[in-house]
Amino acid sequence: MRGPVAWWNDPWRPPRFLVAVTFGYLAWSLIPVLIAVLFSFNDGRSRTVWQGFSTRWYFGDPVKSVWHDAALHTALLQTLKLGVITTLITVPLGVMFAIGIDRWRGRLPAGANLLMLVSFVLPEVLLAVALLFVVTSLPLPIKLGTSAQVLGLVTFQIAYPAVLVRARLATIGTQYEEAAQDLGASPIAALRRVTLPMLLPAIFASTVLVFADVIDDFVLVRYLSGNSSTEPVSVKIYNTARAAPTPALNALATLLLFAALLAITVGYLVYRRMTRGDNAAAGGIAAFAGEA
Amino acid sequence: MTLTEVAAQAKPQSKRARGSALGPALAVPGIIWLLLFFLAPLYVVLAIVFGRTDPIFRTAVPVWNPLQWNPSQFNYVLSRIVGDNGIFGPALLRTAIYVLLAGLLCLLLAFPVAYYTARLSGRWKGLLLAALIAPFWISYMMRMLAWVNLLQDDGLVNRLFSLGGVFDVRTHWLTGQPVVVVLGLVYGYVAYMILPLYAGLDRLPQSTLEAARDLGASRFASFWRVTLPMCRPTIVAAVLLTCLPMLGDYFTSDMLSASPKTAMVGNLINDSVQSPGQTGQAGALVMLVLLVAVVPMFYYVRVTTRGDVAS
Repeated sequence: MRGPVAWWNDPWRPPRFLVAVTFGYLAWSLIPVLIAVLFSFNDGRSRTVWQGFSTRWYFGDPVKSVWHDAALHTALLQTLKLGVITTLITVPLGVMFAIGIDRWRGRLPAGANLLMLVSFVLPEVLLAVALLFVVTSLPLPIKLGTSAQVLGLVTFQIAYPAVLVRARLATIGTQYEEAAQDLGASPIAALRRVTLPMLLPAIFASTVLVFADVIDDFVLVRYLSGNSSTEPVSVKIYNTARAAPTPALNALATLLLFAALLAITVGYLVYRRMTRGDNAAAGGIAAFAGEA
Repeated sequence: MTLTEVAAQAKPQSKRARGSALGPALAVPGIIWLLLFFLAPLYVVLAIVFGRTDPIFRTAVPVWNPLQWNPSQFNYVLSRIVGDNGIFGPALLRTAIYVLLAGLLCLLLAFPVAYYTARLSGRWKGLLLAALIAPFWISYMMRMLAWVNLLQDDGLVNRLFSLGGVFDVRTHWLTGQPVVVVLGLVYGYVAYMILPLYAGLDRLPQSTLEAARDLGASRFASFWRVTLPMCRPTIVAAVLLTCLPMLGDYFTSDMLSASPKTAMVGNLINDSVQSPGQTGQAGALVMLVLLVAVVPMFYYVRVTTRGDVAS
């Protein structure tokens, strides 16, 4: 039996306190969500008392289930629609921006880079209110609804692909492209046939991240939604969470959760395949989340 | 390394001009987009705040010429922060307290978690990271909804505290409890702090820490005098990355308390955006938050774009 002093001085003692904090945090962060998922399968109307397993809130209930209640499944479709459209616009725009800024020296691109970084940390509500003012008080062809939502989301998300692609460009360096040009490729051909294939993992990772982030967005899409037909899942949850909802709301949230989980899992597996045998990009999950 | 740090390190490695027209051609669409939909809208807010209100329809009329700007709406908001009719003051003060408190709690929670994951978790690292990333793709609203369910009067939290019916606990958690809102903020945002901290701690050179111990520093001394100074920029960046979004938060308070007793500045903005005739007031509050956020924002960008921060 060792004394407490020897225990304290032992450099190899297990970090019990840190283990407790870490796993305590994980439990605190994940168990409430798991309980919410569990109650989406509740047989009764209660979201606090377990009354048996059923799928009535998904499609069983003829009126209030996600499948039959138009208000709920339009929200889900709107979320997925926004996710797909925004991703399709944001990723090419951000990738082009990153490559362009990377090979353009001067004040203007430096300022543009700063603007992009500021858009990354600006509180979302400020951008949302500003865009709401633009759409409602200027005579623009853009109306509140899907088009305004996409506009705002692209602006808010453009930093993701830009930052990830610039990071990847920095690790690639310029030598491959220079070799291609020395061997006779035009700048555009070198970009298309050498740099772009090497950027694919970063482009792909940002695609998945933008999609996952857009389907979780709340502030922008709420202000820029015209009426209830363009309100996505997050807004629906916000509107009904405090007004005696049924477990159908949990079911809706659970479906969104699985959509995001599916996107992230498939994305991660494909990403790992793409970067196999590539040390620069093989940072595992952390690199995938943009924290390389 | 956080996203922006990486971007900042993307420096030119060649003096050779590489397709000089290609760069601008590729960057211009993105630049135009940011100018049109990011910078210009902020000017529109200014034009509305310093603009007029239509006397009949109570809609905001923007005034584009800065020389004709009328500061009455901005003054209206400023004059109501302190003093007899200071209706905005308490919410602003509350925002400051909540954000500071939540930021501090986040740091106290995130640092041990990030430290353990980055330095001590061994072969569990990948799995642990996957679990730590989970809050990123679980919708914020879903996570708040989960707590709304748990904190109902007959919810699991009250049942847990009553220890199976021994005590009669009937706390109304969801009616304006500051504790619940602050913990809700921590719950919502702490993941955004753990990841940057993890990235920073993961890059600390193990040999330097071992050297500190070998040279006679105690456990605390080596932490206090080696580990902490080396990851101070990371900590600053992580705290800003977490606290800046909290400044505009109104939905956490709405979901978990729905009471003016816990209203933050985000709630003031949200309420006035939705009531007709108060557009200018909402804009003025937005400008106020922007003024408060602008210094930390540029500080964050500067900290992360300085290349030596990362290494």
